[in-house]
Amino acid sequence: MAIGLPHYLTVGAILLTLGIFGIFLNRKNVIIILMSIELILLAVNINLVAFSVFRGNLIGQAFAMFVLTVAAAEAAIGLAILVVYFRNRGTIRVEDINMMKG
Amino acid sequence: MIVQTVLFYIFAASTVGSGATVVAARNPVHSVLFLILAFFSTAALFVLIGAEFLAMILVIVYVGAVAVLFLFVVMMLDIDFREMRSGFVRYLPVGAFVGAILLAELILISVNWAVTPVRAGVGIGAPVGAIAINNTRLLGGILYTRYLFAFQVAGLILLEAMIGAIVLTLRHRPDVRRQSIAAQLARTREESVEVVKVPVGERV
Repeated sequence: MAIGLPHYLTVGAILLTLGIFGIFLNRKNVIIILMSIELILLAVNINLVAFSVFRGNLIGQAFAMFVLTVAAAEAAIGLAILVVYFRNRGTIRVEDINMMKG
Repeated sequence: MIVQTVLFYIFAASTVGSGATVVAARNPVHSVLFLILAFFSTAALFVLIGAEFLAMILVIVYVGAVAVLFLFVVMMLDIDFREMRSGFVRYLPVGAFVGAILLAELILISVNWAVTPVRAGVGIGAPVGAIAINNTRLLGGILYTRYLFAFQVAGLILLEAMIGAIVLTLRHRPDVRRQSIAAQLARTREESVEVVKVPVGERV
């Protein structure tokens, strides 16, 4: 059986679900939540590349590169915020991050 | 063809398995390592489909930069990760419920949605524009002409992320003695050297 678009889309769907599942499961650990977001963005990239290749249109791969850029920037800023928060408060528990709650 | 099918299933299983381990691992360091494995497997899937440039970028950017950054932060923060997992079992049912529904919907869509290929013969093993020109060159041709503005904005986003990360984490600690090169260079002979005439047989 030849590998087609549905195979790749299924891999992307499973990865996206795992990312969302990870956010639900690790509600206390910000680092794991950031990793789950990376998984979700990876699933987005798989979908973009699969559509791009199987539709014969290269623009999807160009946009996958932009997604990659944003993912890298998001990881850098997120981890920097995390480090600063840990330096100030000594914890990264999600429940403790409520200073800006109204 | 059969080799490609087998390779696809191997790498897809590796991607999904390591993704599940990222979420479920007890130790965050293991999570990061399996995240790296997931990125590698996805890069292999991209190579299999003919998107080589993006595969290499994925390895360089994600494995080389992002995952190492994660590893660095996980090892730098001194946190009791054992205690962090206390709500794991409590959130498992609702997470599994939402995840199962979402996965079923997505797979139903992706399997049943027929996509008509634009060009005949487009499929696995036949990368986009396989005539004599490679994937990297085609992608560059698009990025530097049609999406030039977006490409430059992407560069600006990276610059802004770099500046933001530096500004956020930079701090000046008052209790640390730093080298002040300007003050060192501004010293003159008059204020640092003194010639004392020492009489014979006496102390200074």
